[in-house]
Amino acid sequence: MAEVKRLCAALLLAGMSAGCATSGGNPADPLEPLNRVVFSFNDAADKAVIKPVARAYRAVLPGIVRTGVSNFFSNLEDIWISVNDVLQGKFQEGIDDLGRVLFNSTFGIAGIFDFASQLGFQKHNEDFGQTLGSWGVGSGAYLVLPILGPSTIRDGFGLLLDTQADLVFKIDGVPVHNSLYGTRAIANRANLLDASSVIEQAALDKYAFVRDAWLQRRRNLVYDGNPPREREDPDDEPTK
Amino acid sequence: MKIAHCFLLALLIPVAQAQQPAPDVLVKSISEEVVAILKKDKDIQAGDSKKVVDLIETKVVPHFDFIRMTRIAMARNWRLASPEQQKVLADEFKTLLVRTYSTAISNYRDQQIDYKPLRAKLEDTEVTVRSEVKPSGSSQPVSIDYEMEKTPNGWKVYDVKVGGVSLVTTYRDTFAGEVREHGVDGLIKSLAAKNRQPERSKAGKT
Repeated sequence: MAEVKRLCAALLLAGMSAGCATSGGNPADPLEPLNRVVFSFNDAADKAVIKPVARAYRAVLPGIVRTGVSNFFSNLEDIWISVNDVLQGKFQEGIDDLGRVLFNSTFGIAGIFDFASQLGFQKHNEDFGQTLGSWGVGSGAYLVLPILGPSTIRDGFGLLLDTQADLVFKIDGVPVHNSLYGTRAIANRANLLDASSVIEQAALDKYAFVRDAWLQRRRNLVYDGNPPREREDPDDEPTK
Repeated sequence: MKIAHCFLLALLIPVAQAQQPAPDVLVKSISEEVVAILKKDKDIQAGDSKKVVDLIETKVVPHFDFIRMTRIAMARNWRLASPEQQKVLADEFKTLLVRTYSTAISNYRDQQIDYKPLRAKLEDTEVTVRSEVKPSGSSQPVSIDYEMEKTPNGWKVYDVKVGGVSLVTTYRDTFAGEVREHGVDGLIKSLAAKNRQPERSKAGKT
């Protein structure tokens, strides 16, 4: 216990000194010093363990198997997505997403095949953080969660509920539940290998780049792809 | 004489406009051309990143307005930069974006690209061309939107948004932070240093 405390204190101290080295400027990120510490921890864990495993997963399994694995987990997600559709007042999409689950669970053999998409019932991206956003809850401060990565105060609360509703967590038997959870994490990471190589190439400061891209992405998702234009600052785009 | 001039002008204007392809047609034809080359070229498939960069430089870059992109990314700090610094900044930013774009495009594997009908009036000078890339599997399609402006030299792209994330404004905080701490020259230096790093051609090598 004392060791944990010491570790926390060391992390905090490191955070503060990191904060002094690079004074933050984004008003959405008041916790930047601490976030940067968690971010570099996550980055190190990713480089050392998660990414190599994801890369091996991609190298070993043929594309069709990986798609099947992703589809299986994606089908389980669709149930909670349809609940969130309804909570956001999008009843038609709620029905469509429930239809996706019923169709893919049966004809798609437990969700391994996504026939519903081929029939034109496109998958939606919803979670409880977005539902809170659609109800008018602001995102709050940017927050980097250990291992789980970029989030905000609002989306962190959303994630708590998402986890409660997560069917994989409901499965009895710790070994089954843990191996499913691990497989899902690796499958998700493998799907992001290309994207993360683009970020490595693009970013001058990876932390700030990921943060600013993440915040824009979440805003876009809350507005289902059509966010209102942000207040134009006359200084935003100087003419000369 | 004057009437003849006016008449001549009136004749010329529609010709000049007709020579500029519509923005959505332009985006579609460029993407299709680039994708066709990506699929055909054996060197590119073997991971020749130099060749991808050359492809982007010749086919894509002429249709982008990098000065405007740099201006948007710099926001209010643009005015702090001298005309020479502005030119260097735009050049370095261009190099960075071209390299990023070529990394992204090297990962392209036969995904289907759909172009949405253009919602714009004939007299509009700024439009958004929307497209969607459908990845394999059941993941949601990713939107790619091109913000374009009409110029005397045809339509030019000044921002690309992938899944709602702007390639240009995502750099704002980074640029502002560099300028605040090390000035405009500091930003130029770190851009140049980034651009000197070896290319990340394939996803696997990072």
